[in-house]
Amino acid sequence: MTATTGISNRIGVRAALTHIRVVTKRNVLRNLRLPQLVLFATVQPVMFLLLFNYVFGGAIAGGGDTGGLDYINFLIPGILVQTAVFGSGQTSLGLTEDLAAGVIDRFRSLPMARSAVLAGRTIADFLRNVFVNALMLVVGFLMGWRYEQGFLAMVLGVAMVLLFGYSMSWVMATIGLTVKTPEAAQSAGFLPIFPLVFASSVFVPVESMPSWLQGFADNQPITVLTNTARSLMLPDEVAAGLGLDTGTLLLQSAGWILAILAVFAPFAVRQYRKVVS
Amino acid sequence: MAAPMYAVEADNIVKTFDDVTALDGVSVQFEPGIIYGLLGPNGAGKTTLIRILTTLLKADSGSASVVGIDVAAHPVAVRHRIGLAGQSAAVDGYLTGRENVEMVGRLYNLSAEEATRRANDLLERINLVDAADRQVRTYSGGMRKRLDLAASIVGRPEVLFLDEPTTGIDPGSRIDLWDLIEELVGTGTTLLLTTQYLDEADRLADRIGVIDHGSMIAEGTSDELKTQMGGGVVEIHVSDDDRATASQAMMRVSGGELTQDRNSLSIPAPDASRTLAAVVRELDALGVEPRDIALRKPTLDDVFLALTGDKPTPATVGSDSE
Repeated sequence: MTATTGISNRIGVRAALTHIRVVTKRNVLRNLRLPQLVLFATVQPVMFLLLFNYVFGGAIAGGGDTGGLDYINFLIPGILVQTAVFGSGQTSLGLTEDLAAGVIDRFRSLPMARSAVLAGRTIADFLRNVFVNALMLVVGFLMGWRYEQGFLAMVLGVAMVLLFGYSMSWVMATIGLTVKTPEAAQSAGFLPIFPLVFASSVFVPVESMPSWLQGFADNQPITVLTNTARSLMLPDEVAAGLGLDTGTLLLQSAGWILAILAVFAPFAVRQYRKVVS
Repeated sequence: MAAPMYAVEADNIVKTFDDVTALDGVSVQFEPGIIYGLLGPNGAGKTTLIRILTTLLKADSGSASVVGIDVAAHPVAVRHRIGLAGQSAAVDGYLTGRENVEMVGRLYNLSAEEATRRANDLLERINLVDAADRQVRTYSGGMRKRLDLAASIVGRPEVLFLDEPTTGIDPGSRIDLWDLIEELVGTGTTLLLTTQYLDEADRLADRIGVIDHGSMIAEGTSDELKTQMGGGVVEIHVSDDDRATASQAMMRVSGGELTQDRNSLSIPAPDASRTLAAVVRELDALGVEPRDIALRKPTLDDVFLALTGDKPTPATVGSDSE
């Protein structure tokens, strides 16, 4: 049968926004009710924070030049980025679990906006990251962390980190929809994340690394985001001592976030459209 | 627009995955208001056909429409008219039963109030009111299936697709689920269900299509399919010692055809009691004394066997899905 008049293939913007809200709510409820999610989302990053600060902190700060500041103040911006990026892994895990459970099939059989499943997933994971990063700041504060550039600058720094985590959610969505199983998603997701997080300025100054690694570590997005957050939280003279320029870093961070979204959001939607569980 | 003649119309659908041909030119059509049963063994292509008809997959070639709307050209319009319950109950374990149904209702563009009202109504009909506000992970398999069924019809679909609705369900719950399916679709909904269970197709379907290796190999009502077998089947039980001799005797009567089971031997009986008499004479002449001998009406099992040369999955618990 050829096209019949009166058959619409479109979904209105208002309907699409409702779909996104409904799917987001569903994922938020899941995030809150899955016990292991609540546990890993909170305990694991806090554990990282404690371990790196108290176990490695002395050695790391003694071995490299952190600008003469307490390691906790050096560490917090970096560990926020690490937390946001690890948290984005939840996107691929959640999508692959839905795929395995047949939930994605159901969604795809419904007259809903194609983007709603992915938007609802990534927004829910963004909200989860907001919560976890806020928790990190509270724990960090108890451990002695202080911000020195004013409240708004600190919030801007955290916001950039969270937006970066959101863009990484779309990378993880693409990976999840490509590998399709939760097990594969977990390993495939960590594959790019580990070198990016550890070969960066998150835990140690890049200058302490061998020179062949510095070129990569200095210019990759996780270092850029960490340095951005640092320049918005550390005192001027310390930031200057680390060679951080806030304006340039903000532009670079925004560039990375937009570039990642521009590449991976359409890519993820494409994978979603053709995915079969 | 005139009412479409067919609720579902698929014409020569071909679908291959890598090197495997899942559907090899399947055609099927049926009118609104009936329950159509797609019967076939594991891997026959049932799920693939459902996925194409519900817009989840694109066919390599051929065309398909649901209530007159082309599934490839107007997938969103088709999705407005259909409901789907896949093989695994696609309900969310960490949401309550009510939240699950309401969510799907909202995604069918019902208003919040309407989705709530509809969920209440459906939860009552599937007898889950008491468990409605419990998280679904505490539900039994049968309860999840019922909830999944409710979610699939919350949008009042014109055509409902159920992919192996009772796979993995214990026998008692299967019968409940059958009753529920009949009741829910009783209100003018057209239903396409797939099954590997003959009794299920026999019980629920107005019309049955038998699918095997990606092709439709027979179609008709349950009675029509059984009639294809002629008069019936002669079935004998013999001791292991007599088995070889008895097999020879049976094949002489049937002209070479023989179905062997662990316990029994059977042949088609186109001439009913005369075939039976011939078998008795042959066995008698050879001195074989069967433990049991019977002329029985053909079952869909026999139909299946005759058509595919293979036994379908018996109606037991916990069979693997496709």
